[in-house]
Amino acid sequence: MKHLLGIRDLSTEDIQRILQTAGSFKDVLKRDIKKVPTLRGKTVVNLFFEPSTRTRTSFELAEKRMSMDVLNFSVPASAVVKGESLLDTIRTIESYEIDYMVIRHQSSGVPHLIAKHTKASVINAGDGINEHPTQALLDAFTILEKKGRIAGLKIVIVGDILHSRVARSNIFCLSKLGAKLRLIGPPTLLPPALKEAFLIDDIEVFYRMEEGLEDVDVVMMLRIQRERQGKGFFPSEGEYFKLWGLTEERLRLARPDVIVMHPGPMNRGIEISSEVADGPSSVILDQVTNGIAIRMAILYLLGNQREIR
Amino acid sequence: MKTILTKDEIERVLSRIALEIIEVNKGTEDICLIGIQRGGVHLARRIAEKIEQAEGVKVPVGSLDISFYRDDLSIRKEHPVVRKTEIPFDITDKKVILIDDVLFTGRSIRAALDALMDMGRPAEIQLAVLIDRGHRELPICAQYIGRSVPTSRDENIEVNLREEGLEDRVVIIKKK
Repeated sequence: MKHLLGIRDLSTEDIQRILQTAGSFKDVLKRDIKKVPTLRGKTVVNLFFEPSTRTRTSFELAEKRMSMDVLNFSVPASAVVKGESLLDTIRTIESYEIDYMVIRHQSSGVPHLIAKHTKASVINAGDGINEHPTQALLDAFTILEKKGRIAGLKIVIVGDILHSRVARSNIFCLSKLGAKLRLIGPPTLLPPALKEAFLIDDIEVFYRMEEGLEDVDVVMMLRIQRERQGKGFFPSEGEYFKLWGLTEERLRLARPDVIVMHPGPMNRGIEISSEVADGPSSVILDQVTNGIAIRMAILYLLGNQREIR
Repeated sequence: MKTILTKDEIERVLSRIALEIIEVNKGTEDICLIGIQRGGVHLARRIAEKIEQAEGVKVPVGSLDISFYRDDLSIRKEHPVVRKTEIPFDITDKKVILIDDVLFTGRSIRAALDALMDMGRPAEIQLAVLIDRGHRELPICAQYIGRSVPTSRDENIEVNLREEGLEDRVVIIKKK
């Protein structure tokens, strides 16, 4: 592997190798000295064209734990606002002899474009409505850690499937790992054509929480992207919570040992109630911790695909 | 291909190393064994058994993967598969006996020493190896040596162990 652009391009073996390697990095994070010298002397630039706090800090911490030199490049502080083109920006950064580029962009496909124009390894940290591969991998790692397996588990993804790169990456990842997938959402955010777009036959689609939550092992909530709303996908946030919000009462329909996940940041009282978010089934904070181990594993595995000079 | 150690010889060599460890350390107090993945881990478990037979004491055994500490990552084509590091005890103030199957350039041991230092502050680190094949590139030497075997660089030492589903045997093979 040279780049990590999406889960769609990965084989099941690739995914398993990443998850296994992340386990070793998780052990490192439990030590007193939470740092390894593995990528000493390597340089990474975090290019965030879209605001992000948790993904960026998680990457930055992972990079520092690997002993890398870290450069942060965020849009308001950069030349992009002065009108520089994307590829000119990349060429400028490339001249610093960068080894890795971590890219978040509001348009789908930007990391793929950049990968064609750089010698560095490119990691997609979220592109438009396309993919968010590291999120899906840390979710899979968390499920594996809590449940011991993924194959055969009933996993439901709830919310704004239409606009969610997290959902797309998770659907690819979990189906490659053999999970039984379900989707729940308002019809406007879960159009029938979407199911066909994934080319995965056995995804079950529900429009009512009461039907879709029954007997599931894992509930993955998605963030309602308020910045993308206002286009009439649902009447109001209050009504959304009433129909598709995850409450304690609804959660009782799932298996007793169900785990609840959320990629953050959460909208309490819109897609999830505080009782569930802070309740015993929630593994939301484990996801945050595991994100660092997964990102360290990816940096390690992409580490050396350059030609030996 | 030439056999350097047979099954029985491996057993005897490991028994001797176990007794030497007890002798040098005047017993088993504060001792722990840490094997380097993979061969060293099997050998560490076997030596621990032999120490238990001799002294009636179970010494703690751990495994160490050195992938994250290697110095050849940037010249290898692909990064090595990471195996389990499992050291379920605190090594601070302990006498760590580091165990590997073959001592060659010394670079793996250098990596292992760095990894151990990041996990605690041992009172002492000693080194036990089944085979010392020479060609050191770093100033490292082992206290406990199963067999010293002069080799040339175009030869390989292969340590086959029953834990890997093979018959116990150490052979020397000419590289193609």
